[in-house]
Amino acid sequence: MKVKMLSRNPDNYVRETKLDLQRVPRNYDPTLHPFEVPREYVRALNATKLERVFAKPFLASLDGHRDGVNCLAKHPKNLATILSGACDGEVRIWNLTQRNCIRTIQAHEGFVRGICTRFCGTSFFTVGDDKTVKQWKMDGPGYGEEEEPLHTILGKTVYTGIDHHWKEAVFATCGQQVDIWDEQRTNPICSMTWGFDSISSVKFNPVETFLLGSCASDRNIVLYDMRQATPLKKVILDMRTNTICWNPMEAFIFTAANEDYNLYTFDMRALDTPVMVHMDHVSAVLDVDYSPTGKEFVSASFDKSIRIFPVDKSRSREVYHTKRMQHVICVKWTSDSKYIMCGSDEMNIRLWKANASEKLGVLTSREKAAKDYNQKLKEKFQHYPHIKRIARHRHLPKSIYSQIQEQRIMKEARRRKEVNRIKHSKPGSVPIVSEKKKHIVAVVK
Amino acid sequence: MGEMETAPKPGRDVPPKKDKLQTKRKAQDPFPGPAPVPVEVVQKFCRIDKSRKLPRSKAKTRSRLEVAEAEEEETSIKAARSELLLAEEPGFLEGEDGEDTAKICQADIVEAVDIASAAKHFDLNLRQFGPYRLNYSRTGRHLAFGGRRGHVAALDWVTKKLMCEINVMEAVRDIRFLHSEALLAVAQNRWLHIYDNQGIELHCIRRCDRVTRLEFLPFHFLLATASETGFLTYLDVSVGKIVAALNARAGRLDVMSQNPYNAVIHLGHSNGTVSLWSPAMKEPLAKILCHRGGVRAVAVDSTGTYMATSGLDHQLKIFDLRGTYQPLSTRTLPHGAGHLAFSQRGLLVAGMGDVVNIWAGQGKGSPPSLEQPYLTHRLSGPVHGLQFCPFEDVLGVGHSGGVTSMLVPGAGEPNFDGLESNPYRSRKQRQEWEVKALLEKVPAELICLDPRALAEVDVISLEQGKKERIERLGYDPQGYDPEAKAPFQPKPKQKGRSSTASLVKRKRKVMDEEHRDKVRQSLQQQQQQQQQKEAKAKSTGARPSALDRFVR
Repeated sequence: MKVKMLSRNPDNYVRETKLDLQRVPRNYDPTLHPFEVPREYVRALNATKLERVFAKPFLASLDGHRDGVNCLAKHPKNLATILSGACDGEVRIWNLTQRNCIRTIQAHEGFVRGICTRFCGTSFFTVGDDKTVKQWKMDGPGYGEEEEPLHTILGKTVYTGIDHHWKEAVFATCGQQVDIWDEQRTNPICSMTWGFDSISSVKFNPVETFLLGSCASDRNIVLYDMRQATPLKKVILDMRTNTICWNPMEAFIFTAANEDYNLYTFDMRALDTPVMVHMDHVSAVLDVDYSPTGKEFVSASFDKSIRIFPVDKSRSREVYHTKRMQHVICVKWTSDSKYIMCGSDEMNIRLWKANASEKLGVLTSREKAAKDYNQKLKEKFQHYPHIKRIARHRHLPKSIYSQIQEQRIMKEARRRKEVNRIKHSKPGSVPIVSEKKKHIVAVVK
Repeated sequence: MGEMETAPKPGRDVPPKKDKLQTKRKAQDPFPGPAPVPVEVVQKFCRIDKSRKLPRSKAKTRSRLEVAEAEEEETSIKAARSELLLAEEPGFLEGEDGEDTAKICQADIVEAVDIASAAKHFDLNLRQFGPYRLNYSRTGRHLAFGGRRGHVAALDWVTKKLMCEINVMEAVRDIRFLHSEALLAVAQNRWLHIYDNQGIELHCIRRCDRVTRLEFLPFHFLLATASETGFLTYLDVSVGKIVAALNARAGRLDVMSQNPYNAVIHLGHSNGTVSLWSPAMKEPLAKILCHRGGVRAVAVDSTGTYMATSGLDHQLKIFDLRGTYQPLSTRTLPHGAGHLAFSQRGLLVAGMGDVVNIWAGQGKGSPPSLEQPYLTHRLSGPVHGLQFCPFEDVLGVGHSGGVTSMLVPGAGEPNFDGLESNPYRSRKQRQEWEVKALLEKVPAELICLDPRALAEVDVISLEQGKKERIERLGYDPQGYDPEAKAPFQPKPKQKGRSSTASLVKRKRKVMDEEHRDKVRQSLQQQQQQQQQKEAKAKSTGARPSALDRFVR
């Protein structure tokens, strides 16, 4: 008779001293872990609920400006520094970690229309309503020195926007036309224009650095090539675009913030259809900025909210609003992709978390593991109705909520009319136009 | 010349020599690449059934599914490879040279094994307080038993440390541990009582009266009670509420067992049927006709594949639960088996009078073969309770003479998972485990025959959504059937234009129009077919034969 009994040596299963870790032998056999799917479902439900419980995105409000904040700029090398320009011509430099203003400059008489930093971080440029472009040092004036710009350029017309090249000592301003300037010269190296209306903003492409895009008042977006000093092509939309922002990860993708409450993500190579139409705002979208990961962007709107959209989805994943925040004019996503800053009409700059329920600071390895596990669970079960309902739930101010209902009714009515028209006419006589193509009027090369 | 070759030049580095050695070693590697993994082990960890077809989906979804499937394959290979790290081996008992293992008695086994295992065999002679029913806790470390005359005790049977011993002064019909060894449920003569492991009575649940059998569903924190009144009651022990009280409509409920795979309760009835119950439904999920007389005992194995039943017709049958619900094997017993239990590794024990017989299968996945028993043992009194101890090679038997713990080599699962049930857990680990288990308690509504049903694509809702979209928009923007149209509903009008007759007239008009379109299309098709036939007939210009009239 050959016999062997299962006998375990407790020394292999119990720890030796109180100071040791407990031993946890693992066996991943599925028969030892029954009810995998229902248990994971309950864990996902708990994770979703906890995410909503810990969603406290508002961090700080930077107080100090005496008029509405018109534009924001990030320091390219220092995460804690931001620059803001206000509607009374004042430019302030803030330190985000200490949440105070480190420097104030009375830059212009009238609005500060645009502000941008040089790629090396040593100086920045501002343009204002007094038809000047001024270059300032990033470090403050030394002891006993006056606050003076490094360089002032007097122009003939009002400049409405400025952007600096990502690699070379070149910047572009826009107003009546798009001018490309060399930093050493007082005259633009070239001026480009296409159309007869004023241009509201200009942006350089961070990846293909010779490309620029601009938005004009005659509802078009024009793309320029700096090397050839000509406009490349333009797309005409239904309504005017306020700003565009290039995707820092994808060379040819840019997003346009439009007056018709939508944002359009275009691929520069095929401008006839937008890659995605992002619809969630209930009033004009004023500013847009991409996250450095290139996967999401934040938009600021005239309805007093900011929304975070994933690039490939047409609905926002997050909306931030406060009773005290009025019309949001400008928004920026910090370069570590963790924070969002927005400047609004009521003279405050607010700092928010990009992921509302994220725990800031250094996480221990167990916290990280738990966070990753919960993230994956939420992603796996995101389509289940109860979990979707909880994950999607956001409190909205009454004005936005009622506007959403109203606009939904209007959209439904329009859609029904279209469907009826198609149903009651000869098949093929009324073309079915997809939602994406509806808003594009023309593309001109 | 020779000198220059042998002496290493200063500018030259040593690697050329090393390279030769390295290439030599590489050439000698007899097992290149990653270690092979046995296919059955990989199959065990596969959770996706690749033969099932999903409803047609968008290209993006399909590509994501392909990526997920590839990941799943990789993961199951990794998990299969991790089996190498399992430390323990299961026990075995083999007779030499045709010796029948059933003839080996417990005393021989006790002599032949090591001291620690020998200590696991003990006999508690408790003749005074009636036949005993027993229950092991989920980790297998603690044992609770209750005698018919009211004796209730709980102890750590490995260290033989007594936790509590009381007499409840009432008949005890069944006893169960709740989720851990801290709480006991005792089905007494009148009502259900919950005791602490120190013997303190915590609750008396009067809604569960005259309970004959108890079963605890550990992942749902539900205590299922079968009563003489014919009611199956589910009590949620974490919240303290009765989740469902189902009337089984079959008279007195005496025979109850749970399916550990899907938490379905099996009730055996006196008309030979076994019914399957879930707290979500008022009717049984299924009814299986098992025996020609009444059913005396039911047991389901830990994977939920096999159900063993024994009846008054002296038959012991094993049914296949995942698929056909047909009996796989039958055996006639000289004496009907009143109690059945499965072990973690698939051994089946039957208690017939004062004898217990144990049958074993070939491996973990196969049903026990009922030809020859693996082990037998005679006890000092008729058997009243049977349970294999989890993670140990031990069978606990409660009989009218007390409680006996028998050695059954090969019964227990050798490698436990420390995060699920750890017999060596400390107090802190138990507390953490309890909190996590309560947080992921599965709601009772999710109990159904297939525990993975929640992971299926909800085809019904998809199709309903499609119908609603067609109604609302006239076409389905997410669908791929441009021809699909919602049926025409005439819009209700005012001023008498919406009378039944005019509605019918309007509907007729649209229907006629559609009909005319269809007829036109079919005519066109017919014409095309005619033309094709003529072309074919013309092309085959062979001699006409008499059979040509049958050509279609």
